[in-house]
Amino acid sequence: MHATTQSRHWIWIAVAAGMLLLPLGLGSDFALSVCTKIFIAIVFALSYNLLLGQGGMLSFGHAVYSGLGGYFAIHALAAIGAGSLSFPVTLLPLIGGLAGLAFGLLFGYVSTGRAGTPFAMISLGLGELVAASVLMLPAFFGGEAGVAANRVTGSGLFGIDYGSQREVYYLVAAWTLACAALMYWLTHTPFGRMANAVRDNAERVGFIGYSTHLLRYQVLVVSATFAGVAGGLAAINNEIVSVEAVGAHASGAVLLMVFIGGAGHFLGPVIGAVVVTLLQTVVSSYTHAWLFYFGLLFLVMVLFAPGGFASLLATLLPTLCSRRQLRLLAPGYLIGLGGLALLLLATVIGVEAGYHIAGHGMGATFRLFGRSFDSGALPALAVAAAALLGGILIWRYALDRTADARAVLGTQELMHGRPHAAGNAKAEHA
Amino acid sequence: MNAPAIELKGVTKSFGATEIIRGVDLAVQRGERHAVIGPNGAGKSTLFHLISARITVSAGDIRLNGESVVGLAPHQISRRGLSRSFQITNVFPRLSAFDNLRCSLLWRGGHGHSFWRRLAGLDSVNERASEVIEDIGLAARAAVPAGMLSYAEQRALEIGMTVAAGAEVILLDEPTAGMSRSETGAAIDLIRKLSDGRTLLMVEHDMDVVFGLADRISVLVRGAVIATGTPEEIRANPAVQEAYLGKAHA
Repeated sequence: MHATTQSRHWIWIAVAAGMLLLPLGLGSDFALSVCTKIFIAIVFALSYNLLLGQGGMLSFGHAVYSGLGGYFAIHALAAIGAGSLSFPVTLLPLIGGLAGLAFGLLFGYVSTGRAGTPFAMISLGLGELVAASVLMLPAFFGGEAGVAANRVTGSGLFGIDYGSQREVYYLVAAWTLACAALMYWLTHTPFGRMANAVRDNAERVGFIGYSTHLLRYQVLVVSATFAGVAGGLAAINNEIVSVEAVGAHASGAVLLMVFIGGAGHFLGPVIGAVVVTLLQTVVSSYTHAWLFYFGLLFLVMVLFAPGGFASLLATLLPTLCSRRQLRLLAPGYLIGLGGLALLLLATVIGVEAGYHIAGHGMGATFRLFGRSFDSGALPALAVAAAALLGGILIWRYALDRTADARAVLGTQELMHGRPHAAGNAKAEHA
Repeated sequence: MNAPAIELKGVTKSFGATEIIRGVDLAVQRGERHAVIGPNGAGKSTLFHLISARITVSAGDIRLNGESVVGLAPHQISRRGLSRSFQITNVFPRLSAFDNLRCSLLWRGGHGHSFWRRLAGLDSVNERASEVIEDIGLAARAAVPAGMLSYAEQRALEIGMTVAAGAEVILLDEPTAGMSRSETGAAIDLIRKLSDGRTLLMVEHDMDVVFGLADRISVLVRGAVIATGTPEEIRANPAVQEAYLGKAHA
C-alpha cells in the first residue's frame, strides 16, 4: 500500500521535473508554443473525462465552459491592461475557472437530470445556443473578430511579465500540473467513486442513499470549472478569444481527444490531447489533408482499439514488463509494427497523391518526402499500392506469429502454474 | 414507539387500466423476518418497487417506522433506513466487488459527497467493507470488477451491498434466485446472520428458505394479500393451499 502510494508520488515528481526541463531540450519558440497548446489541451481533455470517463456523461458541448471561461479571462486581462482591475496575470485562469463554475451551475442543473441520450442532446443544444448568443451579443463577445488583449501588463507575480513564450510555457505547465493532480485526487475520493457508480448503474445509486441528479450535477460543475481554467490558459496563450472557442468544433475536438486517448484510464485524455494537438499544429503545417488523417485515426481507433491508446498500452504493459513474455512476443510485435509502418506509408502516399490529383490534375509535378514525380502522381500511387499489399501481408504474418507465441505462453503457464494474477486485494485498493 | 417497521394501507398500483396491486394491507413489526410468497405474476416484486419508491403508488399509504414515505425519492427512503436488493442483479459492473461494498457504505458512513478525503483513508468504511466481503465469501475476489463475477457471486454481492450499511429495514427480492442447493444453504445462513436484530422483508420462491427463515409469511395472489400468519398457520390455511401450496406440495 505504501509502496504504490510512494511510487505515485515519484511519478508526479518526475512529470514536474520533465515539464521543468523540457524547454531546455526544445530549440524553437514554435516547439515551445506547441507544448503550451498541448498542456492546455490536457487540462481540457482531463476535465472532459471527468464527465465522460468518470461520470458516464457524453457531452457534445463541453467547449461552452472552456470558451466562456476564456471570454471572461480575456476581459479580465484587458481590464488589467487598462488599469481598471488589479489582479495578477498568473492567477488569471482562476477567473476562467470561476466563469466555468458559474455556467456549470447554471446549465448543469438542467442538463444533468438524466444521463445518456437526453444529456447528450441537451449538451448539443446548449452548445448551439451559446455559440449563437456569442454572435448575437457583440458588445461582450466581440462578434466574429472576438476579444483580444495583451498579456504583457506588467502585473504578473514575482516580476514575471509573460513577454516570452517560455514564461507562458511555465505558467501553463504549472497550472496543468496542479489541475491534473487535483483531478487525479478526485478520482480517489468518495465523490469520485460515486461518480463512477452513477456511471455504471444510475438506478442503484438511488437505493444506496444518493441522488443521481445531484451527483451528476456536481460532476458537471467540477468538470466545467476545470474546463474554464483551460479556457483561461488559452486566453493568456493566444491573447484572443473568438467564437470558435465555444463552438461545436472545439467540443468535438475534445471528445475525439478523449476517445482516441481512452476514456477508461486517467492517462487516456493526456495521450489523446498530445496526439490530437500534434495533428492540429505540426501535421497541419505539413499537409492540408491533416483533417483527413485525424478522421482516419479516429475511425481506426474506434474500430480496432475502442479503449483508445491508453487501453492499448495497458494490454501491452504486462508483456513489456515480463522478460519471458517479451522474448516470445517481441518478434511478432516488431514485425507487426513494420507492417503498420508500411500501411501508414501507403495511406500517406495515397492520400497525398489523391489530394494532389484532385487539386492539380493528373500530369502536374507531385512532391512528397522531398522527392518529386515529374510525370504526376500516378507512379506514387503505384508505390502506395505496393506498400499496401506488403503491409497487409506482413501484418497478417505478424498476427499469426503472435497467436502462436500466445499459445506457447498459455501452455507454459498451464505447465508451470499461473503466476498469481489476482494479487492482494488490499494492495489493489490502496 | 410501537409503530410497525413497514406498514402498507390499501396500497394500489395500476398500469393503465390494469390493477397490478389491489389494496394491499401489510404490517411488518420491528425485528421480524417476514416473507412474501405467491405465484408468478402475483405482484411481489412490484410491491417491493412500491415500498422502495422505484415506482410510485396509485393509491394508499406506505409508512416506514410510522412515517409516510409516499412521494419520496428512492434515495430519501434509503436515508431513512430502508435498504433493498434486486431480483435481477443490480451492481456497479465496472467497480470492483470491494468498491461496490464501499459505495454502499459511504452515505450512511457520513462521507456523502466528500472530495477532500481519500477513499483509502476512510478506516471505518474499509474495515466494514472487509468484514462484509469476508461474510459473503468474496474476499479472494475483492479486486475483480463486479461485472466479471459469476452469477452466484453477484447475488452474494447484491446481498452484501444491501445489508452492509446497517439499514434497520431490509428488503430482499428473491435473494436465492438461480442458486444451486449448496449456494442456497450458504445464502440462508448469511441472510440469517446479517439480518439479525433488524427487520427483514423478503420475496422468495424457495419454500425451504421461506419456512426456514421467516417468522411470519404473507401470501400475495393476483395483487392482493389473501393470508398473513406464522409458517404453521400458512401451511394450515386452506385458501393458501388451494391458491399456492397446492401446486407445490401436491
